Amino acid sequence: MQILNLKETVNFMAYRKYALAFSIILMLASVGSLFVNKLNFGLDFTGGTLIEVAFESPAELTQIRQVLESDGYGDAVVQFYGSSREVIIRLAQREGVKAEMLSNEVLSLLKEGTGQELEMRRIEFVGASVGDELTEQGGLAMLTALICILVYVAFRFEWRFALGSVFALFHDVLLTLGLFSFLQLEFDLTVMAAILAVIGYSLNDTIVVSDRIRENFRKIRVGGPSEIIDISLTETLSRTVITSITTLLVLAALFYQGGALIHGFATALLFGVFIGTYSSIYVASAVALGLGISKEDLIPEVIEKEGADQQEMMP
Amino acid sequence: MLNRSPLWKTLLVVIIVAFGALYALPNLYGEDPAVQLSGLRGVEADAATLDNVKSQLSEQNIDFANITLEDGQLLVRFSDPDNQLKARDLLDNTMGEQFSVALNLTPATPDWLAAVGGVPMKLGLDLSGGVSFTMEVNMNEAVVKAQEGMLSDFRSDLRGEKIRYRSVKKVDDAIEIVFRNAEDLDQAESFLKKRYRDYLFTDNTDTLTLTSKMSELKLKEIREYALQQNITIIRNRVNELGVAEPLVQRQGQKNIVIELPGVQDTAKAKEILNATATIEFRMVDNENDLATALNGRVPASSQLLYERDGTPVLLKKRIMLTGDHIVDAGSSFDEYSRPQVNITLDSPGGSKFSNATKNAIGQPMATVFIEYKPTDRKDSEGNTIFDKHEEVISVATIQARLGKSFRITGAGSQAEAHSLALLLRAGALIAPIQIVEERTVGPSLGAENVKAGFQAIMGGFALVFIFMLIYYRAFGVVANLALMANLILIVGVMSMIPGATLTLPGMAGIVLTVGMAVDANVLIFERIREELREGKSVQQAIHQGYDAAYSTILDANITTLIAAIILFSIGVGPIKGFAVTLSIGIVTSMFTAVVGTRSIVNAIWGGKRLDKLPI
Repeated sequence: MQILNLKETVNFMAYRKYALAFSIILMLASVGSLFVNKLNFGLDFTGGTLIEVAFESPAELTQIRQVLESDGYGDAVVQFYGSSREVIIRLAQREGVKAEMLSNEVLSLLKEGTGQELEMRRIEFVGASVGDELTEQGGLAMLTALICILVYVAFRFEWRFALGSVFALFHDVLLTLGLFSFLQLEFDLTVMAAILAVIGYSLNDTIVVSDRIRENFRKIRVGGPSEIIDISLTETLSRTVITSITTLLVLAALFYQGGALIHGFATALLFGVFIGTYSSIYVASAVALGLGISKEDLIPEVIEKEGADQQEMMP
Repeated sequence: MLNRSPLWKTLLVVIIVAFGALYALPNLYGEDPAVQLSGLRGVEADAATLDNVKSQLSEQNIDFANITLEDGQLLVRFSDPDNQLKARDLLDNTMGEQFSVALNLTPATPDWLAAVGGVPMKLGLDLSGGVSFTMEVNMNEAVVKAQEGMLSDFRSDLRGEKIRYRSVKKVDDAIEIVFRNAEDLDQAESFLKKRYRDYLFTDNTDTLTLTSKMSELKLKEIREYALQQNITIIRNRVNELGVAEPLVQRQGQKNIVIELPGVQDTAKAKEILNATATIEFRMVDNENDLATALNGRVPASSQLLYERDGTPVLLKKRIMLTGDHIVDAGSSFDEYSRPQVNITLDSPGGSKFSNATKNAIGQPMATVFIEYKPTDRKDSEGNTIFDKHEEVISVATIQARLGKSFRITGAGSQAEAHSLALLLRAGALIAPIQIVEERTVGPSLGAENVKAGFQAIMGGFALVFIFMLIYYRAFGVVANLALMANLILIVGVMSMIPGATLTLPGMAGIVLTVGMAVDANVLIFERIREELREGKSVQQAIHQGYDAAYSTILDANITTLIAAIILFSIGVGPIKGFAVTLSIGIVTSMFTAVVGTRSIVNAIWGGKRLDKLPI
């Protein structure tokens, strides 16, 4: 079976100006949203206490709020989580109460106040200093990842490809962050892991494309850089699409069956993989082209490589 | 001929996958309920304990599957949880004083598998349920305490050397000594420099000040010691909690991670971790009769306390010294190779002790360990009431006037000396600790997480399976075989690596790997199709397809691996699990997708005259 059976070369690069405009608009929108809405940082980063409880019968949020309010926890955020029996309660840090004991106090309050049997499902408490450290470490990790990848790709390919792919990664990360900021989805540790996985995935895609561009620059003697990039993108398009499909399939399974805890993670990856596919076609190659990649940059290695190829044919 | 794999290559693939399958196998067997007995404070379970437990269980007609003794721990397996609970209650009653009796689940791995080292994957707390704490050691406090110690040491040293000074005080992170004249300053400097090599001294002859700072090395040493001390104390306390397989581990420069699988009552756990303990040295009361005291007539100036094994000791109420003067305690051997405990006191403690012991030579002295343990009772304000537990941990005869450093011999076995040293140190926590992070997962949520993760893996797997089958037909089957082998290898490797833990994000990592692992095959198969379209022969197309795709696959995977490794290095708890499965998945998928499928493809289609490929 074939989904895409392309006989003709698609003129990808002809549309690169539109794609570029599209990307720039989205990136500006993301930056804007990040400034205005900020990220809805989860407990991991802000610090505080989160308690998830399950009641025997559907819970009444107003009653729970009243119980908490009457004991001075008026700032508690109470929400359903997954079903009407499960409730999460978020609390900021407060003075006077030993932060680590807060969860236990609230639990016993709820037990008395609602008169219902309840089951503790999850308690998370993160001290403020831990959150600060994590934000710092997280940002540092992303930067390190980008730099390491830049170095590797520059070493394996060419600096224009390296800049192109790192720019594409930056693009993907920014847009994913923008989505989380725009929709005010909770940004927790698992989402950060997902974004690093998006970096990995998007890079995977970009490298496949760059690899083919390099190969075709050496192989095809006619046509300018833009045509060769078009040919390469067309050749790799069906692979790009199929891999995206399989990855999106498993992510859909994760999104629907992985449970509420993994939702943010799956959302970030679903979006990131989608954007990553687009960016490996348009952003990375367009940037390399814009930086003036040409045949001459990749030619010197040709002779050596062809010789190596031929020997391998014989065994 | 083209596309024939040498036999050894095919065999290698088969052996590696079989090996992975063997080590993945233990995960298919369930878990047996068990009761675990681990000794407290130097006590170790031995063959006698084993017989004891055996006879107790058979007396009460509690059926058990088997009992094993390993590393001083006793593990009793049961076939049903009812007997497990009964046995726990029984053993806790009869042996709870010396052993921590904990419920446990042990893998029901068959003996032959266990014999080759087969163990199931370790589940993270988000899957098994339990609580994990991160505690932070207050390092500033440790340094301040050390400085305060030095302050008084400097004073008494200078006094001892008869060097006159105007003042000794702490200024920021340094100690400043002001002298009356330059001679005293010089004299003090040369004396102190010699005595305290890990301090940096700078003098100012105008203001007649000598400034002393701790060297970086000394600071590091203090922090390291504070961390280690806290770890040992926490280990001790965690053992008392009666948790099977607790984990106490350092994390970074100042944090300690504590994982308590299966613990639900987090309030109790926190209180025990936060409990305070002190040490007191007191004289044994020999003037009054122990027997009369036991009959209830304890003299007003004395107190009746007990040793761990129940031996009563009559002590004087007057405290000779408290544990906050203890600077260090360690165990070693004396000249007759008997275990001993070496204790170092700070200067004021030393002189106090020297005064207290000068008229007591030849008399017995007791070391009392005082711990404030939380109870279930609460006072009117809802605060937990703490019970004061006093216990005599050692009685020793004073051989000489004791000073700043002394030793206690005759403490029993090496293990007992070691645990006495630990307890002595526990009495003088250098740096307070604080819980900075808690993650508790209830058992039902844990079980749901396992189910959800498993379903997501299976669901994702099935979708990719069907897609590949439709899209690549026979080659899709090959890719699917590789995918299965990949899953088996991931599970096998995860089970083999001792430190690897499966978490919910880890399961997500496996799902993602399933989706991304087929990428290598897609790359190869698409390349083969391309070559076929270009009119190459079938064998040429297979050969070229694998060859050309190889470097692309390698590059693409190495970069993903870089991202995964960075994730691992910053990762905390569950996120680490994601990085681990992702990294393992990348490596195993490269093997199965490239080497594995090549063997199958070569075996089926390689070297034959074919006009078409079912691709």
